[in-house]
Amino acid sequence: MTSAGVAARFGRWIDPATIRRLFRNRSFVIGFSLFTTVVLIALLADLVAPHDPVQNNYRYRLGEPNDAHLLGTDNFGRDVLSRVLHGSRVSLAIGLLVVIMTGVFGTAIGAASGYVRRLDNFIMRIMDGLMAFPPIVLAIAIGATLGPSLFNAVIALTIAFTPRTARIVRASILVVRESEYVEAARAMGAGHLRILFRHILANSLAPLMVQQTFIFALSILAEAVLSYIGVGPRPPTPTFGNIIADGRNYIAEAPWITIWPGLAIMMTVLGLNLLGDGLRDVLDPRLRTEGR
Amino acid sequence: MLRFLVHRLLSAVPVLFIVSLVSFALIWLVPGDVASSIADPGATIEELARIRARLNLDKPLHLQMLHWYGNLLQGDLGQSFLLNRGVGQAIAERLPVTLSLTGIALVIALTIGVLSGVIAAVRHGTWLDQSFMVLALLGLSIPDFWLGLVGIYTFAVALGWLPSGGFVPMDQSFAGWARSMTLPALTLALTQMGLLARITRSSMLEVLRLDYVRTARAKGLPDLQVVGKHALTNALIPVITVIGVIVGVMLGGVVVIEQVFSLPGVGRLIIGAVLRRDYPVIQGGLLLLASIYVFVNIAVDMLYALIDPRVRYD
Repeated sequence: MTSAGVAARFGRWIDPATIRRLFRNRSFVIGFSLFTTVVLIALLADLVAPHDPVQNNYRYRLGEPNDAHLLGTDNFGRDVLSRVLHGSRVSLAIGLLVVIMTGVFGTAIGAASGYVRRLDNFIMRIMDGLMAFPPIVLAIAIGATLGPSLFNAVIALTIAFTPRTARIVRASILVVRESEYVEAARAMGAGHLRILFRHILANSLAPLMVQQTFIFALSILAEAVLSYIGVGPRPPTPTFGNIIADGRNYIAEAPWITIWPGLAIMMTVLGLNLLGDGLRDVLDPRLRTEGR
Repeated sequence: MLRFLVHRLLSAVPVLFIVSLVSFALIWLVPGDVASSIADPGATIEELARIRARLNLDKPLHLQMLHWYGNLLQGDLGQSFLLNRGVGQAIAERLPVTLSLTGIALVIALTIGVLSGVIAAVRHGTWLDQSFMVLALLGLSIPDFWLGLVGIYTFAVALGWLPSGGFVPMDQSFAGWARSMTLPALTLALTQMGLLARITRSSMLEVLRLDYVRTARAKGLPDLQVVGKHALTNALIPVITVIGVIVGVMLGGVVVIEQVFSLPGVGRLIIGAVLRRDYPVIQGGLLLLASIYVFVNIAVDMLYALIDPRVRYD
């Protein structure tokens, strides 16, 4: 296969035709709009938040929503709207870091497993073993053992979710490995690394991108649980989960503390799920199984 | 069939070995000294030494492992630091709550999920189909513990219909038990219902297109019989395979849901242990949840092989 051919395959989802098709897909468009909104809010949190998210103000404890505090205040008198806006920044950062790290480790492990036959069985049994744990419980246990912090939460979630990415990468490599153009590249004397990177991994990118979108969604949900339990970033850092954790004891008097961050999670995760559905439909219709 | 079962059980051995190894290795992740992370800040050297001895941390690694596996094979999960009893006993006392909660949630999710998936497929392309699928996707995007808190606010605080948490044993009062389980089970079921509805719908849509369904229709069978009997039986196969996945997700969800509703199950035991660094309980809890998952998946595979004989010859 010529390098132009590879480029054509590689560019399948960056060429104008694919982008046009993506933006004709209803799931993708709605998901893209929702998620872009959340990302913009996270980036501009400093500008749009009306108050300091960690500024206590005991005179306005558990204040109902009003003109000054559109979503009310929490048990420390902090502005809930500002906390949710800033919380999106921390939660998205955790999600993004997990996506990058599971992407790197998952691809490396999946590629080793799919390309090096002798390692396959050994690696996949370890992945099966890790996947037997409910990911959220494994993440809670690892996160708590390492100690509550943002980076430990990222490490915990990476360990919990990497096997999924590795499995997807391995599966698509197994298919591509047997294709004729890989055989052709080998016959032309291409080395293992060249075959792996230019031919095999480049053609496994579509399922990887779809999978990582869903991992992003799962990480946002899981971060909320970790923070809620108390093994995420330490308070007063606002994350979606930390805000809900603050609200849980005041659910009767001040339900707004709990409700708004939850809706923010829902909007973010819904956006990512729709985005993933859309990407899958357009980039890799063969993947239309519902399992995640 | 027996050969398939034996084969499946044998293939679970390496997985269970990894599971136990990961549970064992958890304690290595503790930054710094394990004993001082467990003990009170003012603990004496003797107290620290006692903790190390109890966890076998004073022995070399290979003996630690030998101990862990030796005890494990005898069904001994070690001693809890805080509960003053064996981890196995502590788990056994709390397992019924966790299993019944997961079981009830699974039944609810299957019933409503499959039903709405079938309705969506039969009414394919209508507003009913679309609203079901929007709801299903929403369900997949809701954090379950938050849904539980919203449920508490709505049904316990605002309406006063159900308790906001706590557990009533079944032998004390069945009505009380049912009331204490309703919100947690619904919360746990709701988020997985969407996944089941989506799978049922897509597999049903595929089956409804097939020739034998058209034949059944052509020979004049009533719609309900064609859909309910001919189509559904085949459409359910992918649904069955996904039950294993769903149980896995629910076993994770139940841990947090028990915490939200103050239910005395294994999940709350694990969270309590996590917050107070009771490592033997964390390790035992992890091991148990993963083992349940492995065996549920074997059961699902057996069920699958029973329904679809082709699987057995793989």
